[in-house]
Amino acid sequence: MVLTLSEKPRATASQESALRILAPVAVGLVVLGVWQFLVSVVGISDYLLPSPVAIAGQFIEFFPSIVAATGMTGLNALLGLIVGSLLGILLAALAAGWRPIDQMSAPIVASLAVIPIVALAPVLNSMFGADSQFGRQAIAGLASFVPVFINTLRGFRQTLPVHRDLMKVYAASSGQIVRTVTLPTAVPFVFTGIRIASSLAVISALVAEYFGGPRGGLGGLISTSAASSAYPRAWAYVVASIVLGLVFFLVTLALERLATRSRQRSSLS
Amino acid sequence: MTQLPESSSAPRSDAVSVKAVDKTFDTRSGQVQALTSIDLTVSAGEFVSLIGPSGCGKSTLMRLIADLDQPTAGSVTVFGKTASQARRDQDYGIAFQQAGLLPWRTVAANVGLPLELHGASSSARSARVAELLDMVGLSDFADRYPDQLSGGMQQRVAIARSLAEKPDLLLMDEPFGALDEMTRERMQTELLRICAETGAAVVFVTHSIPEAVYLSDRVVVMSPRPGRIQEIVPMALTRDPEHAEALREERAFFDGVTAVREALHTGSPVPTGARGVENR
Repeated sequence: MVLTLSEKPRATASQESALRILAPVAVGLVVLGVWQFLVSVVGISDYLLPSPVAIAGQFIEFFPSIVAATGMTGLNALLGLIVGSLLGILLAALAAGWRPIDQMSAPIVASLAVIPIVALAPVLNSMFGADSQFGRQAIAGLASFVPVFINTLRGFRQTLPVHRDLMKVYAASSGQIVRTVTLPTAVPFVFTGIRIASSLAVISALVAEYFGGPRGGLGGLISTSAASSAYPRAWAYVVASIVLGLVFFLVTLALERLATRSRQRSSLS
Repeated sequence: MTQLPESSSAPRSDAVSVKAVDKTFDTRSGQVQALTSIDLTVSAGEFVSLIGPSGCGKSTLMRLIADLDQPTAGSVTVFGKTASQARRDQDYGIAFQQAGLLPWRTVAANVGLPLELHGASSSARSARVAELLDMVGLSDFADRYPDQLSGGMQQRVAIARSLAEKPDLLLMDEPFGALDEMTRERMQTELLRICAETGAAVVFVTHSIPEAVYLSDRVVVMSPRPGRIQEIVPMALTRDPEHAEALREERAFFDGVTAVREALHTGSPVPTGARGVENR
């Protein structure tokens, strides 16, 4: 049934969406104010907690280097996310279609899921040399692979019995079954996996950079700034990392919405 | 249309013929006898309901006719062909208790799904889809998505989809089971109208005695453990398409309900043929 919204709920709906934006902004401003107050009035020392103003100053002063480093980290995370997701989808498709592959891959995926990136990063960095980004991208790919694989495989198994029966009734070929039922059923699960993987890809690229390899990248710069006691600068790079992580998350969230828009629309109305 | 010539031919051959069918399922706790020595014939254009308590195998019997399961013994023929050949030739349409629509497709795309899978041209498809949506009274909802429709409307979409290939046989497994009583009665009347228009035979699985009596030419009463046919009760209702609803208040309707209820409640095996029941 179609619900037509009357005027009144629409007005409160727009108020509500304004509140949804204003509320977190207000909280953020209050937090920043209290933070600045603690540092400049109460007098917490700068190396323990640099003030927001100091961080912003460093952010502006080192802006070109921040942009370059964000680009490098973003590229590492993006390549890792794309390759890891593609491998995850491919292997999940194979595992869904052929049980032995499922059984062979289950222990591997389980162990991949618990690999400590902190331990793996230095190993890969020394394996591929001090001038290669490959180790970092591989770690981002590894971290992305796991949630995409698990979610995609679950998605491939969501086909309803009634849909399977219908496809049999229609004497559909296996290619037609995959195209009309299996894939569309799995799509929302794939995109949920990619959305989860996107944050993991950024975090693991950062961590991999933190533990050596070539200079550059946000992780590496956080590490060197902190090592030279330039705390406000280290925090400025942390701010850039947060922005990068949010961008990845929001873009994949938008992709997810786009891919499931007919279902979204129908459940909203 | 992808309608195959032989599906509408086979002049007056029976729509469904089930002979000496047994069905056992292998479960963890051993074999379960779902159906035993089932014999049933459904003539072309006839409306036959299967009724009985849960576990009597009525859905299983319908699935055997649809070739969704295979009998352990005996034979199932549909329009003189094997069940599997009839399925491949799209000789029957099917509707389940769940509408089973694809939520990412519009109503029109759902109705056109079988035609699309069988390679109908898009112009032929859209013409047929428009015709079918008109038949079930959903022309205005062609571009909606299934979640935007009520349960009754979704079920009408499923019925339109089951009619897409102009089948001469409809298999329906409790299609109105999840609907409220008022919607259900309206859907029953519409189903009768559609059947009259298309001349299709129907095998209709249901839990509801009034539903079976209202719709059917014959009601097959089944009993469980193991599933078998207890009695086949012929209905003697005169149908007047103009006043289809009035039938629900007629004497013959209540007599039918009583006859089916008594057949159902005969717990112990009773010789078929009691109470003047004919068993073909």
